[in-house]
Amino acid sequence: MAYEQDVQRLEQIIAALDRRDLDLDEALRLFEEGVERLRAASSALGAAEASVRQLVEQADGSLGLADFNR
Amino acid sequence: MTPARGRAASRHPRDAATDAPDLFAPAPPTGAGTAGAAPSAAGVNATGESAQEAVAVSTLTEAARDVLEGAFAPLWVRGEVSDFKAHRNGHWYFCLRDAAAQVRCVVWSRNRQRIPAPPDDGMQVSARGQLSVYTARGDMQFVVTAMEAAGDGLWRKALELSLKRLQADGLTAPERKRPIPSFPSRIAVITSPDGAALRDIIAVVRRRWPLAELVVVPAKVQGEGAPDELIAALGRVNRWGRADTVIVGRGGGAREDLWAFNDERVARTLAACTAPTISAVGHEVDTTLCDLVADLRAPTPSAAAEAAVPVLADERDRLAGLARNLRQGLTARAVDMRARLELSHRDLRRRGEQLLESRRARLEAVAGRLHALSPLATLARGFAVARGANGEPLTSARQFSPGLTFALMLRDGRVPAKATGSPELSAPDAPVSEPTE
Repeated sequence: MAYEQDVQRLEQIIAALDRRDLDLDEALRLFEEGVERLRAASSALGAAEASVRQLVEQADGSLGLADFNR
Repeated sequence: MTPARGRAASRHPRDAATDAPDLFAPAPPTGAGTAGAAPSAAGVNATGESAQEAVAVSTLTEAARDVLEGAFAPLWVRGEVSDFKAHRNGHWYFCLRDAAAQVRCVVWSRNRQRIPAPPDDGMQVSARGQLSVYTARGDMQFVVTAMEAAGDGLWRKALELSLKRLQADGLTAPERKRPIPSFPSRIAVITSPDGAALRDIIAVVRRRWPLAELVVVPAKVQGEGAPDELIAALGRVNRWGRADTVIVGRGGGAREDLWAFNDERVARTLAACTAPTISAVGHEVDTTLCDLVADLRAPTPSAAAEAAVPVLADERDRLAGLARNLRQGLTARAVDMRARLELSHRDLRRRGEQLLESRRARLEAVAGRLHALSPLATLARGFAVARGANGEPLTSARQFSPGLTFALMLRDGRVPAKATGSPELSAPDAPVSEPTE
């Protein structure tokens, strides 16, 4: 899930920003990327209802998803 | 014991000595054992009533077999196993006995699959079977088709044997366990579509992490055919190939209800699953083979769902924390930068002042020396300097002629003057006089 990568990168960026030897240009560049990652991660957490599907095997042996109603 | 009710029981009281032919007669295939029926069946050409009418041995044993099989419906017998032998033809032979008696038993190879494991000698078992006669030897034998041991002994033994094989193949090794994905998109759930287990899993995932898609893969989880259905479901999940995590399990049940999850083939198929697996066999006490080969064992289906997904609210908090850290990180760098600039500025100023100071000192030193050399200093001590009309210094008496106008430069000013007579030369000590001498 992209969310996981976004969060991992965000953590890297924050760790990098904690380094005192970082120059200001680089710090700004990282910050901007961090804001972008944060925005993506937050929107990935948007509200949704967990969907429940059922794995069904077709006559030809192929597999697909169908609604699960029980 | 409660066998031998029915038609055979009605025969037994009869005295064999007075009714021998009937005893030797094969049991009729149907109907009550009408006494004295078909004595001729004991032998086509013999009645057994005299030496001349002696029946063949095989006629006797076959008749005995038919009578016994007719007399006893299949029944359960309990006793201790001894002399167990697994013959290489696939059949099992052993004795069942108690303190006073024993009976030979056989398990035909085709019936072995219904018995979880071969019994050990000394094991207390109940065996279901048909009493019969092994005609070739004339031995009575009990043909066993099912067996149970006290305290699940056979199941336990079967389980131990399976476990040993799984362990030998490394399928239970801790280093084989894969991590469960932290943020799964799709979770396959192999279980009964009607079970409480599925309802629990759906409820937990909806509450904690509604971003995941649950994919139900229906399978019978107990009873006849359950292992095959579980294996087929695992196969489908693998072929589908899009599950991030696989949960396989069922709700709590009696120990025997969990047996499909102790099936070695099911365990091996689970171990071979391409996605990380969580077993959720709801039984606190028993650990099943599936529990041992799964990447994670959860005590209940709800716990499995909790292990499979994070909590959305926690993740939102975490993101808020990360946002804070990000801002603080940048702020800290900016503050650093300003401090560094200020430091540089101060440094620069200090160095500038030092430079200025050193220049001033040098200037003062030069000025001091200039001052020392200046004629003004001499004038200050009370001397005067004469200067001609053009300002040239008049340093020799010879430069004065009577009436020459000149200026006298004194400490505090200038006085116009005129020579009133001829110069009176003093002793010729001055260098200026030398050229004349």
